[in-house]
Amino acid sequence: MIEFDGIGHAYGERVVLHDVDLRLAERRVAFVGANGSGKSTLARMVNGLVRPSSGRVLVDGIDPARHGRKVRERVGFLFTNPDSQIVMPTAGEDVAFSLRGSGLSAQERARRAAAVLAEHNLDGYADHPAHHLSGGQKQLLALCSILVLEPDVLVCDEPTTLLDHRNTKHFVEVLAGLSQQVVLVTHDLDLLDGFDRVVVLDEGRVVADDLPEPALRFYRKLVG
Amino acid sequence: MNPLGLYQPGSSPLHRLGVGWKLLALLVLASGTFVLSSPVWLGVVVAAVALGFVVARIPLRRCWAAARGVLVIAAFLFLVQWWLIGLDQATVVGLRVIATLAAATLFTLTTRIDAIVAMLERRLAPLRRFGVRPGDVALLVGLMFQAVTTLTRIAGEVREAQRARGAERSVVAFAVPLLVRTVRHADELGEALAARGMGDR
Ligand SMILES: Nc1ncnc2c1ncn2[C@@H]1O[C@H](COP(=O)(O)OP(=O)(O)O)[C@@H](O)[C@H]1O
Ligand SMILES: [Mg+2]
Repeated sequence: MIEFDGIGHAYGERVVLHDVDLRLAERRVAFVGANGSGKSTLARMVNGLVRPSSGRVLVDGIDPARHGRKVRERVGFLFTNPDSQIVMPTAGEDVAFSLRGSGLSAQERARRAAAVLAEHNLDGYADHPAHHLSGGQKQLLALCSILVLEPDVLVCDEPTTLLDHRNTKHFVEVLAGLSQQVVLVTHDLDLLDGFDRVVVLDEGRVVADDLPEPALRFYRKLVG
Repeated sequence: MNPLGLYQPGSSPLHRLGVGWKLLALLVLASGTFVLSSPVWLGVVVAAVALGFVVARIPLRRCWAAARGVLVIAAFLFLVQWWLIGLDQATVVGLRVIATLAAATLFTLTTRIDAIVAMLERRLAPLRRFGVRPGDVALLVGLMFQAVTTLTRIAGEVREAQRARGAERSVVAFAVPLLVRTVRHADELGEALAARGMGDR
């Protein structure tokens, strides 16, 4: 359960979020809105990357602003650009890197990394230079590096913006198959099949919060 | 080509040798070349390193890429030394540089970064009481490799965009987007590392 409690946020003088109150318990939740509407800022609060100027966020009762480490152990975050998320030269090493603090042996880390890669169509790529993967494969790798830690929640900030149509489709299928609670930030409305709830943001406020169909109808009218 | 000769998967004896031993061998070899001053013996060392590439079964294409990088640097230093000191000394310096750089390249080609990182973490652990955090030092190694590939890629993309607009000769048209994209990359990287729990340990 992710709770936003009277959230307001400003970068310097500029107020970018006003009075956001949300209780997200659904398995598939999307944040939709125009550029600059505050989606990323809100999403980053879930794992403590951004601390709200006012109000409080709770993830399963824990406040990420105060217990960032504890929350980040349960919340994985996928960004738009895989090139800035992959920090190790090969796919296997990058996934294993996530397990550094786990106390597992190097062999066990490598074994788990290979298993996660195999599960997501990247078997045989463990020793492959990460920067030689295609854009779609890189984003899958970034996802694997998160999933290997078995988080309860996955927040994705426009994860398909840099992918072509076919890779986007594949990525959406992978996402649909995950057991985690997913919070997806997007302005690609085609990604929302099977979602339970869509929150529409506009200029830092929640302007619609509903099932996908009515929420998207509202959103389409909003953007004209 | 990757300037640091990225890991080339394999199962040769050189791949399986412990990182510590390889690093020690590299250090011994590097200092050895400074003790040796006979071009013949230095030639033998170079040949031994070349043999290492064969033993490690590095594909020809990668050998060639590595050789090109090493030779360009060695040739440059050779010419400078020749001009400054003379042919004999320049030959010795050139051979030293070839032997050391080629050995370092062989080391990175046959050693996974993960293994280097793990080794550094173990070796640096005793320094913890002096405030050195082994995890951070080790991460630095991985990020250094990432930085080199990323900068190479960004520079390539910027150059392409520049060419498409017919601005090949403009330094500004190259430097400004390169700088902007590098800074943005650094921001994103920092954020991604934080999300992966980097500041938490
Ligand atoms: N680090 C930052 N510093 C200053 N302003 C920012 C920062 N991040 C975002 N903003 C501004 O906050 C507003 C909301 O941004 P963001 O949450 O990224 O929106 P979205 O993801 O919906 O495009 C935008 O006007 C943006 O320019
Ligand atoms: Mg955004």
